[in-house]
Amino acid sequence: MALLDVENVTKRFGGIVALDGVSFTAEAGEIVGLIGPNGAGKTTAFNVITRLYTPDEGEVRFDGQSLLDVPPSSVVMRGIARTFQNVELFRGMSVLDNVRVGGDARHGEQSPEDVLFYVQLHSLRYRNASELPYGTQKRVELARALASAPRLLLLDEPAGGLSHEEVEQLGTFIKQMRADYELTVLLVEHHMGLVMSVADRVHVLDFGRKIAEGTPAEVRGNKQVIEAYLGADA
Amino acid sequence: MSALLQLDGVEARYGPVKVLHEISLEVGRGELVAVLGANGAGKTTTLRAVSGTVRRTGDIVFDGSKLPRRPDAAARAGIAHVPEGRGTFSELSVWENLRLGAYTRRGSVKEDAQHVFEYFPRLEERKNQQAGTLSGGEQQMLALGRAMMARPKLVLLDEPSLGLAPMLVKEIFDRLERMIAQDGTAVLVVEQNAALALAHAARAYVLEVGHVVVSGPSEELRENESVRRSYLGY
Repeated sequence: MALLDVENVTKRFGGIVALDGVSFTAEAGEIVGLIGPNGAGKTTAFNVITRLYTPDEGEVRFDGQSLLDVPPSSVVMRGIARTFQNVELFRGMSVLDNVRVGGDARHGEQSPEDVLFYVQLHSLRYRNASELPYGTQKRVELARALASAPRLLLLDEPAGGLSHEEVEQLGTFIKQMRADYELTVLLVEHHMGLVMSVADRVHVLDFGRKIAEGTPAEVRGNKQVIEAYLGADA
Repeated sequence: MSALLQLDGVEARYGPVKVLHEISLEVGRGELVAVLGANGAGKTTTLRAVSGTVRRTGDIVFDGSKLPRRPDAAARAGIAHVPEGRGTFSELSVWENLRLGAYTRRGSVKEDAQHVFEYFPRLEERKNQQAGTLSGGEQQMLALGRAMMARPKLVLLDEPSLGLAPMLVKEIFDRLERMIAQDGTAVLVVEQNAALALAHAARAYVLEVGHVVVSGPSEELRENESVRRSYLGY
Protein backbone atom coordinates (compact mmCIF):
# COMPACT_ATOMS: atom_id res chain seq x y z
CA MET A 1 0.00 0.00 0.00
CA ALA A 2 1.29 3.43 -0.88
CA LEU A 3 2.06 5.79 1.98
CA LEU A 4 0.46 8.68 0.09
CA ASP A 5 -2.38 8.07 -2.33
CA VAL A 6 -3.80 11.02 -4.25
CA GLU A 7 -6.78 9.75 -6.19
CA ASN A 8 -8.64 11.56 -8.92
CA VAL A 9 -8.35 14.97 -7.25
CA THR A 10 -9.99 18.00 -8.82
CA LYS A 11 -9.61 21.51 -7.44
CA ARG A 12 -11.29 24.52 -9.01
CA PHE A 13 -10.90 28.22 -8.29
CA GLY A 14 -13.90 29.92 -9.87
CA GLY A 15 -13.58 29.08 -13.54
CA ILE A 16 -9.98 27.86 -13.29
CA VAL A 17 -9.41 24.14 -12.92
CA ALA A 18 -6.11 23.97 -11.05
CA LEU A 19 -6.17 20.19 -10.68
CA ASP A 20 -8.22 18.07 -13.06
CA GLY A 21 -8.62 14.48 -11.92
CA VAL A 22 -5.02 14.05 -10.81
CA SER A 23 -3.85 10.75 -9.31
CA PHE A 24 -0.42 9.80 -8.04
CA THR A 25 1.14 7.84 -5.22
CA ALA A 26 4.30 7.83 -3.13
CA GLU A 27 5.51 4.56 -1.64
CA ALA A 28 7.18 4.58 1.78
CA GLY A 29 10.83 5.52 1.41
CA GLU A 30 10.49 6.88 -2.11
CA ILE A 31 11.63 10.25 -3.41
CA VAL A 32 8.94 11.31 -5.87
CA GLY A 33 9.38 14.31 -8.15
CA LEU A 34 6.47 16.48 -9.23
CA ILE A 35 7.35 18.66 -12.21
CA GLY A 36 5.54 20.75 -14.80
CA PRO A 37 5.22 24.22 -16.31
CA ASN A 38 4.27 27.26 -14.25
CA GLY A 39 0.66 27.15 -13.23
CA ALA A 40 0.46 23.37 -13.82
CA GLY A 41 -0.92 22.79 -10.31
CA LYS A 42 2.14 21.52 -8.43
CA THR A 43 1.84 23.83 -5.44
CA THR A 44 -1.95 23.36 -5.48
CA ALA A 45 -1.32 19.61 -5.08
CA PHE A 46 0.87 20.37 -2.04
CA ASN A 47 -1.86 22.60 -0.65
CA VAL A 48 -4.47 19.87 -1.08
CA ILE A 49 -2.27 17.26 0.63
CA THR A 50 -1.54 19.59 3.54
CA ARG A 51 -5.26 20.45 3.62
CA LEU A 52 -4.85 24.19 3.05
CA TYR A 53 -7.26 23.46 0.19
CA THR A 54 -10.20 21.08 0.15
CA PRO A 55 -10.52 19.32 -3.21
CA ASP A 56 -13.82 19.54 -5.08
CA GLU A 57 -13.55 15.88 -6.00
CA GLY A 58 -11.31 12.96 -5.21
CA GLU A 59 -9.61 11.45 -2.22
CA VAL A 60 -6.26 11.87 -0.46
CA ARG A 61 -5.13 9.00 1.75
CA PHE A 62 -2.11 8.92 4.01
CA ASP A 63 -1.11 5.59 5.47
CA GLY A 64 -4.48 4.17 4.42
CA GLN A 65 -6.59 6.87 6.08
CA SER A 66 -8.38 9.76 4.45
CA LEU A 67 -6.86 13.19 5.06
CA LEU A 68 -9.99 15.01 3.99
CA ASP A 69 -11.55 15.05 7.45
CA VAL A 70 -8.28 16.24 9.03
CA PRO A 71 -8.09 20.01 9.67
CA PRO A 72 -4.95 21.75 8.31
CA SER A 73 -3.61 22.34 11.82
CA SER A 74 -3.62 18.58 12.52
CA VAL A 75 -1.93 17.42 9.32
CA VAL A 76 1.46 17.76 11.00
CA MET A 77 0.31 15.37 13.77
CA ARG A 78 -0.25 12.70 11.16
CA GLY A 79 3.40 12.98 10.16
CA ILE A 80 3.34 15.32 7.16
CA ALA A 81 5.58 18.39 6.97
CA ARG A 82 6.44 20.81 4.19
CA THR A 83 8.49 23.75 3.02
CA PHE A 84 7.12 26.63 0.95
CA GLN A 85 8.09 27.94 -2.46
CA ASN A 86 8.36 31.54 -1.28
CA VAL A 87 9.68 30.80 2.24
CA GLU A 88 7.11 31.18 5.01
CA LEU A 89 9.17 31.57 8.16
CA PHE A 90 7.99 33.39 11.26
CA ARG A 91 9.61 36.74 10.62
CA GLY A 92 11.25 38.41 13.57
CA MET A 93 11.74 35.09 15.34
CA SER A 94 15.13 33.44 15.73
CA VAL A 95 16.19 30.41 13.74
CA LEU A 96 15.90 28.27 16.87
CA ASP A 97 12.40 29.53 17.71
CA ASN A 98 11.24 28.83 14.17
CA VAL A 99 12.49 25.27 14.44
CA ARG A 100 10.96 24.92 17.91
CA VAL A 101 7.54 25.57 16.38
CA GLY A 102 8.05 22.44 14.30
CA GLY A 103 9.21 20.46 17.32
CA ASP A 104 6.34 21.60 19.53
CA ALA A 105 3.81 20.54 16.91
CA ARG A 106 4.77 16.93 17.62
CA HIS A 107 5.41 17.24 21.37
CA GLY A 108 9.16 17.49 20.98
CA GLU A 109 9.85 14.09 19.45
CA GLN A 110 12.88 15.62 17.77
CA SER A 111 15.16 18.04 19.57
CA PRO A 112 15.31 21.31 17.61
CA GLU A 113 18.97 21.67 18.59
CA ASP A 114 19.80 18.26 17.12
CA VAL A 115 18.01 19.09 13.88
CA LEU A 116 19.90 22.39 13.67
CA PHE A 117 23.20 20.53 14.01
CA TYR A 118 22.05 18.11 11.33
CA VAL A 119 21.29 20.83 8.78
CA GLN A 120 24.43 22.74 9.84
CA LEU A 121 22.63 25.81 11.09
CA HIS A 122 23.39 25.48 14.78
CA SER A 123 25.87 28.37 14.80
CA LEU A 124 23.12 30.63 13.43
CA ARG A 125 20.44 29.55 15.92
CA TYR A 126 20.07 32.94 17.65
CA ARG A 127 20.01 34.95 14.42
CA ASN A 128 16.78 36.52 13.23
CA ALA A 129 15.56 34.11 10.55
CA SER A 130 14.29 36.79 8.18
CA GLU A 131 17.75 38.44 7.97
CA LEU A 132 19.43 35.35 6.54
CA PRO A 133 20.15 34.78 2.86
CA TYR A 134 17.34 33.20 0.87
CA GLY A 135 19.01 29.80 0.48
CA THR A 136 19.71 29.68 4.21
CA GLN A 137 16.08 30.57 5.01
CA LYS A 138 15.04 27.60 2.91
CA ARG A 139 17.29 25.42 5.08
CA VAL A 140 15.64 26.84 8.23
CA GLU A 141 12.27 25.82 6.79
CA LEU A 142 13.65 22.36 6.16
CA ALA A 143 14.85 22.18 9.78
CA ARG A 144 11.44 23.29 11.03
CA ALA A 145 9.81 20.54 8.97
CA LEU A 146 12.28 17.89 10.18
CA ALA A 147 11.73 18.94 13.80
CA SER A 148 8.13 17.75 13.55
CA ALA A 149 9.43 14.19 12.94
CA PRO A 150 7.54 13.71 9.68
CA ARG A 151 7.13 10.50 7.70
CA LEU A 152 6.28 12.44 4.56
CA LEU A 153 8.21 15.58 3.67
CA LEU A 154 6.96 17.91 0.92
CA LEU A 155 9.69 20.14 -0.53
CA ASP A 156 8.59 23.05 -2.73
CA GLU A 157 11.55 24.17 -4.87
CA PRO A 158 14.34 23.58 -2.36
CA ALA A 159 17.06 24.52 -4.87
CA GLY A 160 15.84 28.12 -5.17
CA GLY A 161 18.63 30.62 -4.58
CA LEU A 162 21.43 28.04 -4.57
CA SER A 163 24.50 27.96 -6.80
CA HIS A 164 25.33 24.91 -8.91
CA GLU A 165 27.72 23.50 -6.32
CA GLU A 166 25.17 23.98 -3.55
CA VAL A 167 22.45 22.26 -5.57
CA GLU A 168 24.71 19.22 -5.92
CA GLN A 169 25.24 19.20 -2.17
CA LEU A 170 21.49 19.53 -1.65
CA GLY A 171 20.87 16.43 -3.77
CA THR A 172 23.27 14.37 -1.66
CA PHE A 173 21.71 15.85 1.46
CA ILE A 174 18.12 14.96 0.49
CA LYS A 175 19.12 11.33 -0.02
CA GLN A 176 21.06 11.26 3.23
CA MET A 177 18.11 12.81 5.04
CA ARG A 178 15.74 10.21 3.65
CA ALA A 179 17.94 7.47 5.11
CA ASP A 180 18.66 9.15 8.46
CA TYR A 181 15.07 10.27 9.15
CA GLU A 182 13.31 7.40 7.34
CA LEU A 183 11.44 9.78 5.11
CA THR A 184 9.25 9.65 2.06
CA VAL A 185 9.85 12.79 0.01
CA LEU A 186 7.63 14.59 -2.49
CA LEU A 187 9.71 17.12 -4.41
CA VAL A 188 8.52 20.02 -6.56
CA GLU A 189 11.53 21.41 -8.40
CA HIS A 190 12.45 23.09 -11.69
CA HIS A 191 16.13 22.31 -11.38
CA MET A 192 16.10 19.22 -13.60
CA GLY A 193 19.62 18.18 -12.62
CA LEU A 194 18.44 17.83 -9.03
CA VAL A 195 15.21 15.99 -9.92
CA MET A 196 17.08 13.59 -12.17
CA SER A 197 19.72 12.81 -9.57
CA VAL A 198 17.46 12.22 -6.55
CA ALA A 199 13.99 11.14 -7.69
CA ASP A 200 13.01 7.48 -7.92
CA ARG A 201 9.90 8.34 -9.90
CA VAL A 202 8.57 11.53 -11.49
CA HIS A 203 5.03 12.70 -12.19
CA VAL A 204 4.49 15.46 -14.73
CA LEU A 205 1.59 17.93 -14.56
CA ASP A 206 0.45 20.34 -17.24
CA PHE A 207 -2.64 22.58 -16.96
CA GLY A 208 -3.83 20.60 -13.94
CA ARG A 209 -3.58 17.21 -15.61
CA LYS A 210 -1.05 14.46 -15.29
CA ILE A 211 0.62 14.02 -18.66
CA ALA A 212 3.38 11.55 -17.79
CA GLU A 213 4.83 9.35 -15.09
CA GLY A 214 7.97 7.25 -14.89
CA THR A 215 11.61 7.11 -13.94
CA PRO A 216 13.54 10.37 -14.45
CA ALA A 217 15.09 8.96 -17.64
CA GLU A 218 11.71 7.89 -19.04
CA VAL A 219 10.14 11.24 -18.31
CA ARG A 220 13.06 13.15 -19.77
CA GLY A 221 12.66 11.27 -23.06
CA ASN A 222 8.88 11.72 -23.21
CA LYS A 223 7.88 13.82 -26.21
CA GLN A 224 4.90 15.43 -24.50
CA VAL A 225 7.05 16.43 -21.52
CA ILE A 226 9.69 17.93 -23.77
CA GLU A 227 7.06 19.96 -25.60
CA ALA A 228 5.20 21.13 -22.52
CA TYR A 229 8.02 21.64 -20.12
CA LEU A 230 11.65 21.00 -20.92
CA GLY A 231 11.99 22.63 -24.33
CA ALA A 232 13.68 21.09 -27.34
CA ASP A 233 17.30 21.42 -26.25
CA ALA A 234 16.93 20.46 -22.58
CA MET B 1 31.17 57.78 -22.16
CA SER B 2 31.11 56.95 -18.47
CA ALA B 3 29.30 53.91 -17.11
CA LEU B 4 25.60 54.13 -16.30
CA LEU B 5 26.14 52.70 -12.84
CA GLN B 6 29.34 52.82 -10.86
CA LEU B 7 29.89 51.45 -7.36
CA ASP B 8 33.07 52.44 -5.59
CA GLY B 9 34.00 50.86 -2.26
CA VAL B 10 30.42 50.09 -1.29
CA GLU B 11 29.86 48.40 2.06
CA ALA B 12 26.70 47.24 3.79
CA ARG B 13 25.80 45.49 7.01
CA TYR B 14 22.83 43.89 8.73
CA GLY B 15 23.14 44.85 12.37
CA PRO B 16 26.61 43.78 13.47
CA VAL B 17 27.19 41.58 10.42
CA LYS B 18 29.08 43.20 7.57
CA VAL B 19 27.98 41.56 4.34
CA LEU B 20 29.60 43.72 1.65
CA HIS B 21 33.27 44.67 1.74
CA GLU B 22 34.51 47.40 -0.60
CA ILE B 23 32.44 46.36 -3.60
CA SER B 24 33.38 48.16 -6.80
CA LEU B 25 31.57 47.39 -10.01
CA GLU B 26 30.08 49.09 -13.02
CA VAL B 27 27.34 48.59 -15.57
CA GLY B 28 27.43 50.31 -18.95
CA ARG B 29 24.42 51.68 -20.81
CA GLY B 30 22.49 48.85 -22.43
CA GLU B 31 24.77 46.29 -20.85
CA LEU B 32 23.73 43.00 -19.21
CA VAL B 33 25.98 42.28 -16.23
CA ALA B 34 25.68 39.23 -13.99
CA VAL B 35 26.54 38.77 -10.31
CA LEU B 36 27.35 35.20 -9.34
CA GLY B 37 28.14 33.61 -6.02
CA ALA B 38 27.10 31.07 -3.42
CA ASN B 39 24.20 31.52 -1.03
CA GLY B 40 25.18 34.27 1.41
CA ALA B 41 27.90 35.77 -0.79
CA GLY B 42 26.20 39.19 -0.80
CA LYS B 43 24.56 39.14 -4.24
CA THR B 44 21.11 40.26 -3.07
CA THR B 45 22.65 42.85 -0.75
CA THR B 46 24.59 44.32 -3.67
CA LEU B 47 21.32 44.94 -5.51
CA ARG B 48 19.76 46.33 -2.33
CA ALA B 49 22.69 48.70 -1.89
CA VAL B 50 22.03 50.11 -5.37
CA SER B 51 18.28 50.56 -4.85
CA GLY B 52 18.86 52.01 -1.37
CA THR B 53 16.91 49.27 0.39
CA VAL B 54 19.77 48.51 2.76
CA ARG B 55 22.00 50.94 4.68
CA ARG B 56 25.24 51.41 2.83
CA THR B 57 28.44 53.41 2.75
CA GLY B 58 30.64 54.20 -0.24
CA ASP B 59 29.84 55.98 -3.47
CA ILE B 60 27.32 55.10 -6.12
CA VAL B 61 27.15 57.19 -9.28
CA PHE B 62 24.18 56.67 -11.56
CA ASP B 63 23.64 58.35 -14.90
CA GLY B 64 26.28 60.98 -14.13
CA SER B 65 25.17 61.99 -10.65
CA LYS B 66 25.63 60.74 -7.15
CA LEU B 67 22.77 58.40 -6.24
CA PRO B 68 20.98 59.37 -3.01
CA ARG B 69 20.55 56.58 -0.49
CA ARG B 70 16.73 56.59 -0.58
CA PRO B 71 14.76 53.91 -2.44
CA ASP B 72 12.29 56.44 -3.87
CA ALA B 73 15.18 58.51 -5.25
CA ALA B 74 16.63 55.42 -6.91
CA ALA B 75 13.24 54.61 -8.45
CA ARG B 76 12.80 58.17 -9.76
CA ALA B 77 16.32 58.16 -11.16
CA GLY B 78 15.31 55.21 -13.36
CA ILE B 79 16.25 52.12 -11.37
CA ALA B 80 13.69 49.31 -11.14
CA HIS B 81 14.36 46.57 -8.59
CA VAL B 82 12.80 43.12 -9.03
CA PRO B 83 13.40 41.62 -5.62
CA GLU B 84 13.98 37.98 -4.79
CA GLY B 85 10.70 36.33 -3.91
CA ARG B 86 8.81 38.69 -6.26
CA GLY B 87 7.40 41.24 -3.84
CA THR B 88 4.19 41.69 -5.80
CA PHE B 89 1.26 43.35 -4.06
CA SER B 90 -0.78 40.23 -3.40
CA GLU B 91 -4.05 42.00 -2.51
CA LEU B 92 -4.02 44.02 -5.72
CA SER B 93 -4.94 42.79 -9.17
CA VAL B 94 -2.41 42.03 -11.87
CA TRP B 95 -3.42 45.21 -13.66
CA GLU B 96 -3.06 47.34 -10.52
CA ASN B 97 0.40 45.91 -9.91
CA LEU B 98 1.43 46.86 -13.43
CA ARG B 99 0.06 50.38 -13.04
CA LEU B 100 2.05 50.83 -9.85
CA GLY B 101 5.17 50.02 -11.84
CA ALA B 102 4.55 53.20 -13.84
CA TYR B 103 3.89 55.29 -10.73
CA THR B 104 7.03 57.41 -11.00
CA ARG B 105 6.37 58.67 -14.51
CA ARG B 106 3.73 60.57 -16.40
CA GLY B 107 1.77 59.64 -19.48
CA SER B 108 -0.21 56.68 -20.72
CA VAL B 109 0.37 53.23 -19.31
CA LYS B 110 -1.79 51.32 -21.80
CA GLU B 111 0.89 51.02 -24.44
CA ASP B 112 3.46 49.85 -21.94
CA ALA B 113 1.03 47.31 -20.53
CA GLN B 114 0.46 46.01 -24.05
CA HIS B 115 4.20 45.66 -24.38
CA VAL B 116 4.32 43.63 -21.16
CA PHE B 117 1.41 41.44 -22.31
CA GLU B 118 3.31 40.64 -25.51
CA TYR B 119 6.13 39.34 -23.36
CA PHE B 120 3.84 37.54 -20.92
CA PRO B 121 0.45 36.65 -22.47
CA ARG B 122 -0.48 34.81 -19.28
CA LEU B 123 -0.63 38.14 -17.47
CA GLU B 124 -3.21 39.49 -19.88
CA GLU B 125 -5.38 36.41 -19.33
CA ARG B 126 -5.14 37.03 -15.59
CA LYS B 127 -5.36 40.82 -15.71
CA ASN B 128 -8.18 41.15 -13.19
CA GLN B 129 -7.07 38.37 -10.89
CA GLN B 130 -5.60 39.10 -7.46
CA ALA B 131 -1.81 38.81 -7.70
CA GLY B 132 -1.71 36.59 -4.61
CA THR B 133 -3.72 33.92 -6.42
CA LEU B 134 -1.23 33.60 -9.29
CA SER B 135 1.10 30.63 -9.36
CA GLY B 136 4.68 31.21 -8.26
CA GLY B 137 6.01 31.47 -11.81
CA GLU B 138 3.24 33.84 -12.85
CA GLN B 139 4.11 36.12 -9.94
CA GLN B 140 7.69 36.17 -11.21
CA MET B 141 6.40 37.29 -14.61
CA LEU B 142 4.34 39.99 -12.93
CA ALA B 143 7.32 41.29 -10.97
CA LEU B 144 9.31 41.56 -14.20
CA GLY B 145 6.41 43.16 -16.03
CA ARG B 146 5.93 45.70 -13.27
CA ALA B 147 9.60 46.70 -13.54
CA MET B 148 9.27 47.13 -17.32
CA MET B 149 6.32 49.49 -16.78
CA ALA B 150 8.68 52.04 -15.22
CA ARG B 151 10.67 52.30 -18.49
CA PRO B 152 13.80 52.04 -16.37
CA LYS B 153 17.35 52.84 -17.43
CA LEU B 154 18.55 50.03 -15.19
CA VAL B 155 16.77 46.90 -13.99
CA LEU B 156 18.07 45.11 -10.91
CA LEU B 157 16.97 41.51 -11.25
CA ASP B 158 17.27 39.13 -8.34
CA GLU B 159 17.07 35.48 -9.43
CA PRO B 160 14.68 35.88 -12.35
CA SER B 161 14.72 32.13 -13.00
CA LEU B 162 13.52 31.31 -9.48
CA GLY B 163 10.39 29.20 -9.71
CA LEU B 164 10.25 29.23 -13.50
CA ALA B 165 10.02 26.15 -15.69
CA PRO B 166 13.13 25.42 -17.80
CA MET B 167 11.52 26.57 -21.04
CA LEU B 168 10.40 29.85 -19.54
CA VAL B 169 13.81 30.53 -18.03
CA LYS B 170 15.34 30.57 -21.49
CA GLU B 171 12.55 32.81 -22.72
CA ILE B 172 13.09 35.30 -19.91
CA PHE B 173 16.70 35.79 -20.88
CA ASP B 174 15.82 36.07 -24.56
CA ARG B 175 13.29 38.74 -23.61
CA LEU B 176 15.87 40.56 -21.51
CA GLU B 177 18.17 40.66 -24.51
CA ARG B 178 15.34 42.00 -26.64
CA MET B 179 14.59 44.66 -24.04
CA ILE B 180 18.24 45.69 -24.05
CA ALA B 181 18.38 45.84 -27.84
CA GLN B 182 15.08 47.70 -28.25
CA ASP B 183 15.06 50.09 -25.30
CA GLY B 184 18.74 50.27 -24.36
CA THR B 185 17.90 49.20 -20.82
CA ALA B 186 20.84 48.04 -18.72
CA VAL B 187 20.43 45.00 -16.49
CA LEU B 188 22.29 43.92 -13.37
CA VAL B 189 21.20 40.36 -12.71
CA VAL B 190 21.79 37.96 -9.82
CA GLU B 191 21.27 34.43 -11.05
CA GLN B 192 21.82 30.95 -9.66
CA ASN B 193 21.77 29.50 -13.16
CA ALA B 194 25.31 30.65 -13.89
CA ALA B 195 25.61 28.89 -17.24
CA LEU B 196 22.57 30.76 -18.50
CA ALA B 197 23.67 34.08 -17.01
CA LEU B 198 27.12 33.80 -18.58
CA ALA B 199 25.61 32.86 -21.92
CA HIS B 200 23.70 36.15 -22.02
CA ALA B 201 25.72 38.62 -19.93
CA ALA B 202 28.55 40.67 -21.40
CA ARG B 203 30.45 40.64 -18.13
CA ALA B 204 30.13 39.14 -14.67
CA TYR B 205 31.34 39.59 -11.11
CA VAL B 206 31.82 36.65 -8.76
CA LEU B 207 31.25 37.35 -5.06
CA GLU B 208 32.53 35.33 -2.13
CA VAL B 209 31.63 36.32 1.43
CA GLY B 210 31.02 39.92 0.45
CA HIS B 211 34.11 40.46 -1.72
CA VAL B 212 34.46 40.58 -5.49
CA VAL B 213 36.92 37.73 -6.13
CA VAL B 214 36.79 37.47 -9.92
CA SER B 215 35.36 39.70 -12.62
CA GLY B 216 35.63 39.99 -16.35
CA PRO B 217 33.99 39.25 -19.67
CA SER B 218 31.66 36.22 -19.58
CA GLU B 219 33.75 34.18 -22.00
CA GLU B 220 36.79 34.57 -19.74
CA LEU B 221 34.83 33.49 -16.68
CA ARG B 222 33.51 30.45 -18.51
CA GLU B 223 37.14 29.38 -18.95
CA ASN B 224 38.05 30.08 -15.34
CA GLU B 225 38.69 26.82 -13.48
CA SER B 226 37.21 27.76 -10.10
CA VAL B 227 34.17 29.42 -11.66
CA ARG B 228 33.53 26.32 -13.69
CA ARG B 229 33.78 23.99 -10.73
CA SER B 230 31.61 26.02 -8.37
CA TYR B 231 29.01 27.52 -10.66
CA LEU B 232 28.93 25.69 -13.96
CA GLY B 233 29.57 22.10 -12.95
CA TYR B 234 31.68 20.88 -15.86
